[in-house]
Amino acid sequence: MVEKFFQDHERKMPRDSLITSENDKRSKRKRAKSKQETSRRENNEEEEAQLTGGKGTKARKDIRNEKTRRMEKEEVREVDENIDEGKKKQGSTKKGEKKEDGGKQLVKEKARDIKKKKHKKAETSSEPETSEEDDDEEEDNDKDVVRPECLSPEELEKLKEAVDERKKLIQSLRGKPWPMKKKLVTLRESQEFVEKYEGALGKGKGRKLYAYKVLMTKKWMKFQRDFENFKTACIPWEMKIKEIESHFGSSVASYFIFLRWMYGINMILFGLTFGLVMVPEALMGRPYGSMPRKTVPRAEEASAMDFAVLWDFGGYAQYSVLFYGYYNNQRTVGWLKFRMPLSYFLVGVGTVAYSYMVVIRTMARNANESGVGDDNSFNFSWKMFTSWDYLIGNAETADNKFASITTSFKEAILEEQENHKDDNIHLTRFLRVLANFLVLCCLAGSGYLIYFVVRRSQKFALDGLENHTWWERNEVNMVMSLLGMFCPMLFDVISTLENYHPRVALQWQLGRIFALFLGNLYTFIIALMDEINLKRKEEKVVKFNITMWEASLYNGTVLENSTAPPVTIHPADVPRGPCWETMVGQEFVRLIISDTMTTYITLLIGDFLRAVLVRFLNYCWCWDLEAGFPSYSEFDVSGNVLGLIFNQGMIWMGSFYAPCLPALNVIRLHVSMYLQCWAVMCCNVPQERVFKASGSNNFYMAMLLVILFLSTLPAIYTIVSIPPSFDCGPFSGKNRMFDVIHETLESDFPPWFSKVFSYASNPGLVLPFILLMVLAIYYLQSTSKSYREANVELKKKLQMQNEENKRKNKRAALKAQMDLEEARKTAQEQQRNNNASVQDQEVYCVSELSDSWMKMRLSRK
Amino acid sequence: MGTTASQLSKESLSEYQELTFLTKQEILLAHKRFTELLEKHEKEQIDARVPKGRIITLPELKSNPFKERICQVFSTSEQKDGSLTFEDFLDLLSAFSDSATLEIKSHYAFRIFDFDDDGTLDCADLEKLVNCLTGETNDAKLSSTEMKQLISNILEESDIDKDGTVNLSEFQHVISRSPDFVSSFKIVL
Repeated sequence: MVEKFFQDHERKMPRDSLITSENDKRSKRKRAKSKQETSRRENNEEEEAQLTGGKGTKARKDIRNEKTRRMEKEEVREVDENIDEGKKKQGSTKKGEKKEDGGKQLVKEKARDIKKKKHKKAETSSEPETSEEDDDEEEDNDKDVVRPECLSPEELEKLKEAVDERKKLIQSLRGKPWPMKKKLVTLRESQEFVEKYEGALGKGKGRKLYAYKVLMTKKWMKFQRDFENFKTACIPWEMKIKEIESHFGSSVASYFIFLRWMYGINMILFGLTFGLVMVPEALMGRPYGSMPRKTVPRAEEASAMDFAVLWDFGGYAQYSVLFYGYYNNQRTVGWLKFRMPLSYFLVGVGTVAYSYMVVIRTMARNANESGVGDDNSFNFSWKMFTSWDYLIGNAETADNKFASITTSFKEAILEEQENHKDDNIHLTRFLRVLANFLVLCCLAGSGYLIYFVVRRSQKFALDGLENHTWWERNEVNMVMSLLGMFCPMLFDVISTLENYHPRVALQWQLGRIFALFLGNLYTFIIALMDEINLKRKEEKVVKFNITMWEASLYNGTVLENSTAPPVTIHPADVPRGPCWETMVGQEFVRLIISDTMTTYITLLIGDFLRAVLVRFLNYCWCWDLEAGFPSYSEFDVSGNVLGLIFNQGMIWMGSFYAPCLPALNVIRLHVSMYLQCWAVMCCNVPQERVFKASGSNNFYMAMLLVILFLSTLPAIYTIVSIPPSFDCGPFSGKNRMFDVIHETLESDFPPWFSKVFSYASNPGLVLPFILLMVLAIYYLQSTSKSYREANVELKKKLQMQNEENKRKNKRAALKAQMDLEEARKTAQEQQRNNNASVQDQEVYCVSELSDSWMKMRLSRK
Repeated sequence: MGTTASQLSKESLSEYQELTFLTKQEILLAHKRFTELLEKHEKEQIDARVPKGRIITLPELKSNPFKERICQVFSTSEQKDGSLTFEDFLDLLSAFSDSATLEIKSHYAFRIFDFDDDGTLDCADLEKLVNCLTGETNDAKLSSTEMKQLISNILEESDIDKDGTVNLSEFQHVISRSPDFVSSFKIVL
């Protein structure tokens, strides 16, 4: 009976204390615990064992401490009763006491073990009792664990909470700036706690389920961690990039990270085109030589295997899965009934859609990460506290960094000193206008050059390529690559005229190169369009000729007898149209190849050869080559990134007509990863102006997005508005390429579906939908605008409050100072009055005052 | 990897993973690098200390102007000599790792910049910091007026309670707004 009553109480009391103090004290207690945890844990276990023996089974075993324990418990009970009586009164005060207890707890805990063993009796005031109970509460938990059946749901809840809290602690432990030893101790202790109590939560079936759940989450966590490890182990070139990062700082590394990201995207594009287009056609489509579009024509057969022809992607390369023209327009291929033309079309659309999605998602993530980086309120402090790049592990880079930090300090100070003192503004303006004029001239000139060259090459093509030299055949690509190589240098020279701040100058430079590349690309595309039109005219003629040819063929043999077997003609002899799609694909592939070649060759000559010459000629040269004029080359991050972006643009543009492009690009990126890593490490010097990477990251992404948009534009235009060739490619015979969707809908889906689709796609439904989307965009934009405004408003408010706080603090500080002085004065007076005890008083007084002052300041803060 | 892996027990490895922002590979690599720094007879000891002089020869720290401060801050040595145990070393790498939070990074950054360990950044600390950042060469140094101006500007910006020093919360406030602190406060092995 007594036992039972006592049990109830014991369970009740700690519960209260659990709510109030457990949370407050946990952290403090943990610290105390960690110190003596080992000894205590042993003790705890001992106690637990005792308690289970004593209470759980009620079998009174002869344990040494049993008696003392009982006595103690009775004591507790007495106090409990006391508290019960005065509960309402004490309820509130107790909490306060307990909070205050927190500090004392530390000491108490230490003393506790001893206290227990001594079974001290003389506790009458309620305060020590509460702490005692607090101490007991864990043992109560221990008991609860042992007999989970007798736990009420609330208690379970609490225990669960405690366990969850521990878990949280374990999770957050790594984010705590403690030395490892402390963290280790806390971790071990918390884990033990969790393990001990976790299994005990829940009842009967629920308990089992809970235990199972816990086990599974544990396993899952472990799996996740392993998976995380596995993932990081799978990231390619991680070590290489880190090495570069440590030598050249984060900006150079950002290029390589970008390159790797690009590689990933291209891998997926390659997977799509290779797996869904090239392989099915190669395996299941009609084999080579079975039909005219899959055979090298008779006239080219002799040279079809020549390396020069293959290098130009003519001959056998042209009549292979690598290009659009090879694909057959049969609706299904193989025993899988694979819908080839549909797959071709969807993959083309899918690559573009996927690229959009990835680029935009990355941009959004970057924007989130960078957050609000536009306020300039901590200009100096940021320069001071965050300008060092801790990744730098190379002495030379470090020197450059020192120099750039110093100049940035000096610049900032100068800027601060003479805010806007531009003495010769007219000259600068004139020079800037002149520079822009020169750049425009360059751009126009390069555009015209490309147009001219493309035109000329068309003429050559009409004459027949065999009559011309290698240069004349490859003129277009070479000119484009050379322009891309030399114009940026020219821009660099011109930009020295402008006298911009280097960051602004870099942006101008990037913008100009971007414009140049874009201009070149679009001139190329326009020229290509001309060529497409020419080919289509040619196609008409050929088509007419073919009908004539067929007519003449059938005229002689099967005019009357239409059931007779048709004449067999070797597919190589069949006349065929020019197939403009393959031509476009070939142009792009050639462009990519020549671009890659020029990149590699400039890398080898411009970087490697230069480095070798500078290194070894330095012994026998008039001036110091390493420090003087040629020097070693720097790694040009922005130029390289731009090159990469444009290369990707060409891939996006051309991959519809040449499915091999992603594969080529993957190879290119792979090689250039190794080559550039090697080149950077062995023959480049760190940049003189080491600038940070993070700011420009989204800038590159934005450019990529622009390029993506601009490169899908012509591709989509050709797909939508130009009818496909009549005798080559998966869409031959159709009026437009996208008719394949229609065809699939009609023949592969049930009629109701195509009906629904046709209803859904009629303008009456599409237009409102578009309208709705526009409205949604408008709505979102206006809300985001209002949020931004609210943000600005809040910022202002914060600033105002800040100022006010500053003023208040100043006033408070002044007042406190005055008080302090007054106190000193009074103290001195007192000193005069009685010399005996003054000093103590003064010290006390002053400390009191300064204390209050500190408190005031803290509360202000 | 074989020998190093055997030295780190599985339990402690998983504990270290739990307590740091490092992955398993990174911890193993750190262990390898750390044991390379130890002398022969020390390799068997579990909590062997590597003196500061040898730590700062690591290529990752060699050209860092704050290398000595970094050792000092992460050292748990009682003699305050900046020597590191393996656990201290892991703490260091964890704080400087890619995935560490802004909070912990800024905490340690503050302690690194607090040259006299008094818990605030005062004028002397800031001056030392500027000198560290501008390098040892004399021509790069700022003149005293420039220095004064710079420090007063910094205090103007970040000393919110106007007590002439920058304390931890002020420092974290400033740092948390910076766009590129997290990306540059990194050291990788």
